[in-house]
Amino acid sequence: MQKYSIFNLVKNAFANHQNWDLAWKDPTPKKEYDVVIIGGGGHGLATAYYLAKEHNITNVAIIEKGWIGGGNVGRNTTIIRSNYMHDDNALFSEFGMDLWRKMSQDLNYNVMFSPRGIINLAHSDAQMNVYARRGNSMRLNGIDAVLLNREQVREIIPMADFSENVRFPIFGGLMQPSAGTARHDAVAWGYARQADSMGVDIIQNCEVIGFDISGGKINGVRTSRGDIKAKKIGLCVAGSTNVLAEKLNMTLPIETHLLQACVSEPVKPVLDGVVTFGAGHFYISQSDKGEMVMGGDLDGYNSYAQRGNLPTLQHVLTEGIAMMPFLSKLKMLRTWGGIMDMSMDGSPIIDKTHIEGLYLNCGWCYGGFKATPASGWTFAHTIAQDRVHELNSGYSLNRFNTGHLLDEKGLGTKTWIS
Amino acid sequence: MRSQNEFSYGGDATVKRPDLNKEISDQEWDNFVYNRKSLRGKHWELWQHISGCRQWIKVERDTATHEIFMTLKANEEISL
Ligand SMILES: Cc1cc2nc3c(=O)[nH]c(=O)nc-3n(C[C@H](O)[C@H](O)[C@H](O)COP(=O)(O)OP(=O)(O)OC[C@H]3O[C@@H](n4cnc5c(N)ncnc54)[C@H](O)[C@@H]3O)c2cc1C
Repeated sequence: MQKYSIFNLVKNAFANHQNWDLAWKDPTPKKEYDVVIIGGGGHGLATAYYLAKEHNITNVAIIEKGWIGGGNVGRNTTIIRSNYMHDDNALFSEFGMDLWRKMSQDLNYNVMFSPRGIINLAHSDAQMNVYARRGNSMRLNGIDAVLLNREQVREIIPMADFSENVRFPIFGGLMQPSAGTARHDAVAWGYARQADSMGVDIIQNCEVIGFDISGGKINGVRTSRGDIKAKKIGLCVAGSTNVLAEKLNMTLPIETHLLQACVSEPVKPVLDGVVTFGAGHFYISQSDKGEMVMGGDLDGYNSYAQRGNLPTLQHVLTEGIAMMPFLSKLKMLRTWGGIMDMSMDGSPIIDKTHIEGLYLNCGWCYGGFKATPASGWTFAHTIAQDRVHELNSGYSLNRFNTGHLLDEKGLGTKTWIS
Repeated sequence: MRSQNEFSYGGDATVKRPDLNKEISDQEWDNFVYNRKSLRGKHWELWQHISGCRQWIKVERDTATHEIFMTLKANEEISL
């Protein structure tokens, strides 16, 4: 594989950039693979990469119904963090933070990881107490957390509303300085390019339409481009999990919902970190191009529409303007939506299933982009070794049955209850 | 026509609470509390006219197009 470097950039500039290798190939599907990964989003691509890199399993295909990166990995607002209270979430996410810090070097692809910090705003004394508790839990798990008072928050985000008569005054906030953002497309492309170079077949425009199961064991998938046999199959289809679960005769603790996001026209730099509103659900950051990137609540009812409705957007932006009044002056550039695999406790599932050779990766809710490397790494381990890793042992499918929920916020699919 | 803002969502309307005064397995509770089909296409679901008459209703809606096919009162049975 051609290495991306300043030297190669200069060399190729002399040839008018006509001689670059393709970043990944367009192979015709083989009859059989050791492992088939369904879904060419961030998690599927990362899983294939770590299967090859960590476990030397390279006879692998990624089957993607559209184009790689066309799902949620290309639709999210790119917030990367590990500010969780529960051990299972904290240790898994912090393991991921380490992978994020090394990702550009590891993939030889600039994913523009930018640890610019995240601040969760608090609007009452009670909320400050809750944040102090979460911050302490984070620090016990080796994650950086700083509790900020009102004045310290004002220094970092002077454009927030610090006037006297507001409905939700800013009391302070919890900051994770090492959190940040990355370029989502580059993450998908970087994993794809490396996986391809190690022998993984990336098969696009190929939809999985059924499964070949006999005697409780998986034998392969039926696709729009013919049957493909595989010893092991990993499901990484995010918002399409319920659809494929039905074909497997499984009913999962997952509901499919729609999440919107939007960006404003680009403006001069005003905000260098990520900020979340603590009295509702709204978050904001500024992209490198200058657009304000914003999002918040789910539309609130089961949806496969991939594009949202205005009442929710209006609600979310009202919160935004309450937090940072200057936003009301900005023009909206784009809005879009993605369909989300909302789990019932708000935490994901990375596990084996009752079908031998079939592995499940789903339930990512709002937070699956940041999980991309850790999810790929642990899912590859689960598939290769046929057992879960310590890091994803809390993300079991049967926790709903046994009562070991990982309810970080106690919201699950009904996030509008908060 | 009423604004969508007046309504609040109550989830899958086909899920039934296990019968009272009966031995109920963990699996039955699991299915009632957590497991959902949530498919693409026609979906029977509960809505409440929360900023209006406060009645609960059952609505058959397409989860991809949002087209509404049929509505029932909360106590009317869905005939699938
Ligand atoms: C608006 C929005 C904002 C978000 N913001 C954040 C954020 O700030 N931080 C964060 O951490 N997370 C965020 N998320 C969540 C995150 O994007 C997702 O959890 C994550 O991307 C899901 O994993 P994925 O990348 O593998 O999914 P996807 O990219 O959706 O990949 C799934 C793939 O499976 C394919 N597929 C589906 N069915 C089939 C089939 N039958 N056959 C073959 N292929 C199939 C799809 O085409 C798709 O490409 C956000 C999501 C949205 C929608």
